[in-house]
Amino acid sequence: MADSIPLTGPIDLTSTPKARPLTLEVLHAWVTTVDHKKIGLMYIGYALVFLVIAGLEAIVMRLQLAVPENSLVSPQVFNRMFTMHGTTMVFFVGMPILFGFGNYVIPLMLGARDMAFPRLNAFSFWIAAFGGLLLYFSFLGGDGLYGAGTAPDVGWFAYAPLTAKIFSPGHSTDYWTLGILLSGIGSIGTALNIVTTIICMRCPGMKLSRMPLLVWLYFVTCCMVFVAVSPLTAAQIMLLIDRYLGGHFFDTQAGGSAVLWMHFFWIFGHPEVYILVLPAFGFANEIIPVFARKAIFGYPAMVAASVAIGFISLSVWAHHMFTVGLGPGANTFVALATMIIAVPTGIKIFNWIATLWGGNIRFTVPMLFCAAFLFQFLIAGLTGIMLGAAPFDWQLSGSYFVVAHFHYVLVGAIVFTLFAAFYYWYPKMSGRLMNETLGKWHFWLFLIGFHLTFDFMHIPGILGMPRRVYTYQLDRGWGIWNLIVSIGVIFQVLGVGCFVCNLLRSYFKGAVAGPDPWDAWTLEWSTDSPPPVYNFAAIPSVQSRRPLWDLKHPEDPDSKYEL
Amino acid sequence: MSGFILSEFGHFGLRMDIAHQWLLLVPSWLTEGRTSIFAPKATPAQLVFGLSMFVLAIAAAIFLATGGILAYVLIRYRRRATDSEHEPPQIYGSNQIELSWTVIPIIIIVVLFLTTARVIFNTEYATKPDAALDVVVIGHQFWWEFRYPKLGIVTANELHIPVSDPQHPTPTYLEMSSADTDHSFWVPQLAGKTDVIPNRVNVMWIDPQSPGLYLGQCAQYCGTQHAKMLLRVYAQSPNDFDAWVAEQRQPAKASTVDGQAVFLRNACINCHTIAGTIAKGRFGPDLTHIAGRDTIASGAVQNTPENLRKWIDNPDRMKPGCLMPAMHLNDRDLTAVVFYLTTLR
Repeated sequence: MADSIPLTGPIDLTSTPKARPLTLEVLHAWVTTVDHKKIGLMYIGYALVFLVIAGLEAIVMRLQLAVPENSLVSPQVFNRMFTMHGTTMVFFVGMPILFGFGNYVIPLMLGARDMAFPRLNAFSFWIAAFGGLLLYFSFLGGDGLYGAGTAPDVGWFAYAPLTAKIFSPGHSTDYWTLGILLSGIGSIGTALNIVTTIICMRCPGMKLSRMPLLVWLYFVTCCMVFVAVSPLTAAQIMLLIDRYLGGHFFDTQAGGSAVLWMHFFWIFGHPEVYILVLPAFGFANEIIPVFARKAIFGYPAMVAASVAIGFISLSVWAHHMFTVGLGPGANTFVALATMIIAVPTGIKIFNWIATLWGGNIRFTVPMLFCAAFLFQFLIAGLTGIMLGAAPFDWQLSGSYFVVAHFHYVLVGAIVFTLFAAFYYWYPKMSGRLMNETLGKWHFWLFLIGFHLTFDFMHIPGILGMPRRVYTYQLDRGWGIWNLIVSIGVIFQVLGVGCFVCNLLRSYFKGAVAGPDPWDAWTLEWSTDSPPPVYNFAAIPSVQSRRPLWDLKHPEDPDSKYEL
Repeated sequence: MSGFILSEFGHFGLRMDIAHQWLLLVPSWLTEGRTSIFAPKATPAQLVFGLSMFVLAIAAAIFLATGGILAYVLIRYRRRATDSEHEPPQIYGSNQIELSWTVIPIIIIVVLFLTTARVIFNTEYATKPDAALDVVVIGHQFWWEFRYPKLGIVTANELHIPVSDPQHPTPTYLEMSSADTDHSFWVPQLAGKTDVIPNRVNVMWIDPQSPGLYLGQCAQYCGTQHAKMLLRVYAQSPNDFDAWVAEQRQPAKASTVDGQAVFLRNACINCHTIAGTIAKGRFGPDLTHIAGRDTIASGAVQNTPENLRKWIDNPDRMKPGCLMPAMHLNDRDLTAVVFYLTTLR
């Protein structure tokens, strides 16, 4: 029987001590690696660098908007800042960091030794990384030979015909297009890899119904990447044809359609939100049970809800277009589809609460971030329902209320669970625990900053402030709210500062973690921290969703209860 | 169908009784200010407001219930120092409970959806009365052109419309398109926004019930000066509106020849129209009655001779990135042309 193979204690077959490698050798090993763990870490590191850059762009915007009629930066600079902030955060922070964690954790959780296609994995990372560099090269080369560089300034959803050659001369828009095109190729490659890995590389006994929920959520996410990223890639190519080969897809002055671009963009753009948030749910699904010391409540319902979200999210894109004039029929349909998505999302929240119910909750830093995530995601969902009520959206669309809403999802849900994931898996990746005290400072500062910024950001939206304005009139009464929003940024910066210090300090001085510091239940905790190149000396075999629970409680294993 | 739905609301009437009830729930700092979506002054905004309050009430109830349980669970089941090392009982799920928290949200969604659908149809399928005023709205980078085809009036940035009496509704129907990039027409107190898209015509209607100035601005990013593409809607009593119409239909009464000559000799005429002269440009705002407007630069600054002078001298200083070039007039010509424009009533 396969279950007789022990799950802990990898046999290190290469234990002879080696001489310390040269720096050049180390660098070479990273650049040429096809190891899923190293690629995962490179994804994460790359995303963190861009997180800081896009954060700096946000700071410029908040400084400018802190008071009315401010002239700290010119409208041209401001427009570049919000375009680059949005584009970077979605394509070069959100996607890579989630793929990074997925790359690192999924093979370990499945009991596999690597991804299905290690070389495709490396290719996808490097092509996506090149996309990010290309986008930022626009700061130098945006206007080609004719003058100083300019970054793209067409907004992150780059509505046509603002992107047409006549309204957007120079090359900044081309850098935007090509950067996203390349990142899209990388995303599709990695999604393909993850889906194949999940289908083909599970260890003996790991039925689909025994996979950790995180793996399920990545499965749904990656399937959505195929459907959502392809239209965006097609639209980028069409835009290039418009700009350079005399096409008229989006060229309204030659009979093209501006609305066509909106459809193409949002059939990508809305599923994209779920592509980003489903892995975040996955982190919560792993972390909440471990720190509540209970099995996840309603595993089949959680899987069903995730798959349902995946499907429904493909039919709601036009809720970004309620003001476009699609007519009452289309608006009604999309409003219904948008509201229906609240049902599976609600199921998730209720199941998390039920998991916590009767538990013995250990409020370590990862759990603190998850607790805040639950409240914030609840609020984000409720403001989402408000925006789904189409007439309410006619007022709120394109206002700061929308900006507050989607930052509640992207920061309040995704970034909070990402921080939880960092504190949770850092010991596995580095072999050392992150500092709890500094982690609590990070949590509380970031929590205060987040709420100062994004709670109060709803108000100027209700008071009529549109997004993407570089300044606003004194008499509108938006000043005080914008000032509070900007003050919140200070706390967020301090929080992230604690986080970065913690990351660096813990690498050298953190407590040694051992293979299983959290007394957790999934397979990645059965191997060394950090895991050896081959992950598992012997391929494990599992009997239930929580193999390590079975191992620790042989008298009362999960396999007795699971359906 | 539309008539059936509308009959419930009465034609173009504000349901003030209900409005006042809801207003009690909204803190005053959200209803003060002339661009608040919670201070509706016309039927479309009023319809949205009623729906908003309903949705907000349901959202608040869900938040209090769910958030309350969540807070209770987090506090009640936290680990205490006295707790034993034993793991708590493992519970794997319950189909009955899953079913209940699937069905209850579905019921809430059905109620929300039907309410939403009714407001969508009430706004978008409203029957257009014969007395309605038609205005063509054309969005430009970065200003608004308003044309009244039946009245033969062309103006910019400041939209004049009559108030609408619920007994004899005279709503204004805006037929909107764009000359360049996407824009969005948003005057929160009158209606939700409607996008202004090139190569496409969108229609919306507004019916302010009391005279006054309603403010708004472009709500779809349209380029460098999106922020200063402001909107001013003047709702006037029928008499005032008729007087304004009569004034606008007159040709401009310029009382200076000097400034006019400067204007007509320079590139001004490539972009601007002044009725009764050879200036017939369409790229910039019609200036026939510019002196009658309160603001220039699409609402960015007050229409004073000093501001006009600064504007003509170098528009980029006042509104960086706007499309009007600096005219580089000498001091004498600048004075003359400013004086000329201030006489165009």
